[in-house]
Amino acid sequence: MRREIPLAICFLLGVVMTVQFFIPHAYSQWLLANMEKWLIIIAIFALLLGLLNLIKIHVQKVTRRRRDWVYSIVALSGVAASIVTGFGWGIGAESPFMKLYNYIQIPMQATMFSLLAFYIASASFRTFRARTLEATLLLIAAVIVMLGRVPLGHVVEDGLRLPAISEWILDYPNMAAKRGIMIGVGLGAISTALKIILGIERSWLGGGD
Amino acid sequence: MNIYEKFLRLDRRYIFIFVAVGVVIPLIFPMGLAVSTSPPVENVYKEIQSLPPGTPIVLSVDYDPSTEPELSPMTVAILRQCFSRKLPVILMTLHPGGPGLALDISHKIAQEMGAKEGVDYVFLGYKAGLSAVILSFGQDLRISFPADYNNVPLDRYPMMKNIKSYNDIGLVVTISGSTFPEAWIAYAHERYGEKIAAGVTAVMAADYYPYLQTGQLIGMLGGLKGAAEYEKLSGRPDRGLKGMDAQTIIHLFIVLLIILGNIAYVFVLRAQRRGAPGPSGA
Repeated sequence: MRREIPLAICFLLGVVMTVQFFIPHAYSQWLLANMEKWLIIIAIFALLLGLLNLIKIHVQKVTRRRRDWVYSIVALSGVAASIVTGFGWGIGAESPFMKLYNYIQIPMQATMFSLLAFYIASASFRTFRARTLEATLLLIAAVIVMLGRVPLGHVVEDGLRLPAISEWILDYPNMAAKRGIMIGVGLGAISTALKIILGIERSWLGGGD
Repeated sequence: MNIYEKFLRLDRRYIFIFVAVGVVIPLIFPMGLAVSTSPPVENVYKEIQSLPPGTPIVLSVDYDPSTEPELSPMTVAILRQCFSRKLPVILMTLHPGGPGLALDISHKIAQEMGAKEGVDYVFLGYKAGLSAVILSFGQDLRISFPADYNNVPLDRYPMMKNIKSYNDIGLVVTISGSTFPEAWIAYAHERYGEKIAAGVTAVMAADYYPYLQTGQLIGMLGGLKGAAEYEKLSGRPDRGLKGMDAQTIIHLFIVLLIILGNIAYVFVLRAQRRGAPGPSGA
């Protein structure tokens, strides 16, 4: 019954909510409103579960002195500081919680992501090679789009029309390729969803089949 | 090893130094390069300009500090335009890292533009559940947000009196560093017919052109250039336009590296095929 009950719930709710989509009646809308509330509550508990799991993993790393366990202390300190300041002094604009966020988290996270600029420059130099026809086309398109996305001055823009060519590449070849990918992904998502609702796909249950 | 092979093995630290110099110098000595605007950005600007004063807009700050330098300029530019057009703004976020950013931006811009919380804007805060939250706005946004970020019931705010669902909202603008715009399109536009505009990172912008072509997105701001274009359109230069000088230098530098790298690669390849030392000798 440990597997049958979840499968039954999944099937029942999957079918009910699919049918609900097509019924505009007031009772159907009432059902949707309540399902949305349940979804939000479950999502909040999933967030809490993720946080508890994170704390558990880092506590284990510290107690068992695993590799880089010192950084786990830093992570746990950050979690503790956020919880203590948030519950202690609130999360208003001038609270210690927001000061931690504005003066520590924002600069650190922005800096980490900004390092990508350096690595992208280095990686572009090393990997963008015109070895094949496809690689050459990719290279030319990348150069045109990169130059078209920055202001190079009216002489270059009006003469070479790089912004217009760049927009054309994005509006036509790029759009067509992305649409093909999205259709494939969409069909795959529908197939997977149907398999889950019908109980054919059971990996979400965990614990093997 | 000839000069071309040496160039291909250039220590990446030299590249890092050039990138650092290329970013810092334009910020100290601005070049003021003129930015041209593109139709996707112009469409967002025109749509907001065409809304009658008093039409509510949802501005969803769906990003975290990692993409703040690229996306906050867009949020600021759009918020300024909304306040100057007297469009009530419902600020919210579907990203757990977003509340602090949205709160900070809303306070700063409200103070600058003389906007009042509860009259000109409300900040709903963050709610988990993504699709459930977006869907709930189709019936009543109070299902997900009975109160705002400060735990004040929404009905206490004058601007929220006549706002219940998407029927009462003129436009949803989602600023995101991940796939949140797709959720807004799938659930808000497709199910409830709400107009959606998106602001995304430059890397992600290419992914959303299919939605632009079908009209599922009425417009889109892509990366720092998108923010710069919007600042130019609204006549309020800020971080977006300031950052374009540095972005120009770096893009030119990367293109130059790619071209020089390929030239060196061709020479090295020729030398290998001849089975002899390269043109400059060993």
